[in-house]
Amino acid sequence: MAEVEELNKPLFAGLSDVSIAEDIPVEGDITVPLSSHGVDDEVSTLDEPVKDTILRDLRAVGQKFVHVMYPKESSALLRDWDLWGPLLLCVSLALMLQGSAADNQNDSGPQFAEVFVIIWFGSIIITLNSKLLGGTISFFQSLCVLGYCILPLTVAMLVCRLVLLGSAGSVSFIIRLVVVTASFCWSTFASTAFLADSQPPNRKALVVYPVFLFYFVIGWMILTFSPSH
Amino acid sequence: MMANTDFHLQFQEFEDESNAMGSKSQETTINIEKHISKPQKQRRVAGVTLPEEENDPLETDDKTKLLSGQKERAPFWTFEYYQAFFDVETHQVKDRIIGSVLPWPGKNFVRVYIRNNPDLYGPFWICATLVFAIGISGNMSSFFVHHGQPQYKYVPDFRKVTMAATAIYSYAWLVPLVLWGFLAWRNSKVTNIVTYSFLEIVCVYGYSLAIYVPAVVLWIIPSEGLRWCSIVVALCLSGSVLVLTFWPAVRDDRPRIFIAITFTIVALHVLLAVGCKAYFFSTYDTTNTIKVVEPVEVNKTLSAIKAH
Repeated sequence: MAEVEELNKPLFAGLSDVSIAEDIPVEGDITVPLSSHGVDDEVSTLDEPVKDTILRDLRAVGQKFVHVMYPKESSALLRDWDLWGPLLLCVSLALMLQGSAADNQNDSGPQFAEVFVIIWFGSIIITLNSKLLGGTISFFQSLCVLGYCILPLTVAMLVCRLVLLGSAGSVSFIIRLVVVTASFCWSTFASTAFLADSQPPNRKALVVYPVFLFYFVIGWMILTFSPSH
Repeated sequence: MMANTDFHLQFQEFEDESNAMGSKSQETTINIEKHISKPQKQRRVAGVTLPEEENDPLETDDKTKLLSGQKERAPFWTFEYYQAFFDVETHQVKDRIIGSVLPWPGKNFVRVYIRNNPDLYGPFWICATLVFAIGISGNMSSFFVHHGQPQYKYVPDFRKVTMAATAIYSYAWLVPLVLWGFLAWRNSKVTNIVTYSFLEIVCVYGYSLAIYVPAVVLWIIPSEGLRWCSIVVALCLSGSVLVLTFWPAVRDDRPRIFIAITFTIVALHVLLAVGCKAYFFSTYDTTNTIKVVEPVEVNKTLSAIKAH
């Protein structure tokens, strides 16, 4: 220690003696490289054909679908969140789940508005719950994750409708039960993989349970759907 | 032994001396604190006080009172104010649910489990689970009842869920409000030793509804005896927890008042259980049979007309 101090001494010895004269003019040129990169981007997205814009957004949505179907530790869903995918999935699911036509007196099945409200209201409540429990995920990121993870259930709804086109007996019921259960587990697992990391470890179950309840209710609505004709 | 440590003190520098002294000071603290129970000693060493205590509720009562006095609440328009009501962990919620179905005369639910940390997570999500459980069980039970009838078409009734939600949430929030107001009014006249805050009452009511979730799931099985049996068991357990919780708050009052309060608590609880069962599990069956009978009769009259 003593040797280092001795080495340092001559380097800083004369610092206190330094003084700068006040009449030295300072002049020169400052060149800022033209940030034409950003300007070019704006010009190009305004000028590009509409097909390119739509395709770019669709590709982003499709890429997120792939991330949901094969949930691994990817941050694409969280980093570039968007609500187009959840809206698409919610609308298609609500359209498929819609109850019978108006002439049927038994129209107590879920209507379009009910399904829509359940999905969005449920997602908002779960997001608020996870934020109140101390989660680090943002509001829209959580909405995005929950909405995208409805994809397996939407696929199951499609499969159920196709199965119901064939027959409506107990064999089809068992097939539908298996498909809906598998997709419900997939949805819960996928959203847990994205959401659970943002929670403190002793509260993970408290956050996962409402997600489980949410997808369980949606799965129940899909399973009990019966077409009317 | 001491000679060795002296040798180490001489041989090495200042840091070892402080280490030796540190170990000595740890030894002395262990000796002093030997009579204090182990979890408390661990808590003090860790510097964190847990709100849960299974060993000595009396000893840590002043600590929790101090904590409650010093707890700073953010203003109610900020998000942090509401975050304070969700300051629970998984094992705490699990313990509270288990404690709400085990009425123990010595343990007061609020004192033992809530301990100045009432949460809104339990009441809200237990009510939500109960609402969906009633909706799903009601639909499933009516499906099983009408399974054999050919004309019956199963349609999930969505309005049930809305009505169940209204009933259960108003029970879980309005009744504690009324009870809290009444207790506060009585408290101004007769000073009680035990007072509960509004959130603690909401917590007790919310967790007491937890036993109804398995009871409602059992209602799917279309057997009247089993349904009434499960209702009675659930009522006894949760009702006794409620009564045991509110007994210390009203026992100093006039006999007529505390009998009235106890009776009201139990009566409302019974009304909720029996009301849910009667509305969601019986009436639906009769209305559906009426709907089923009509098309059958129409078919019969049509076939009778054709035959002639």
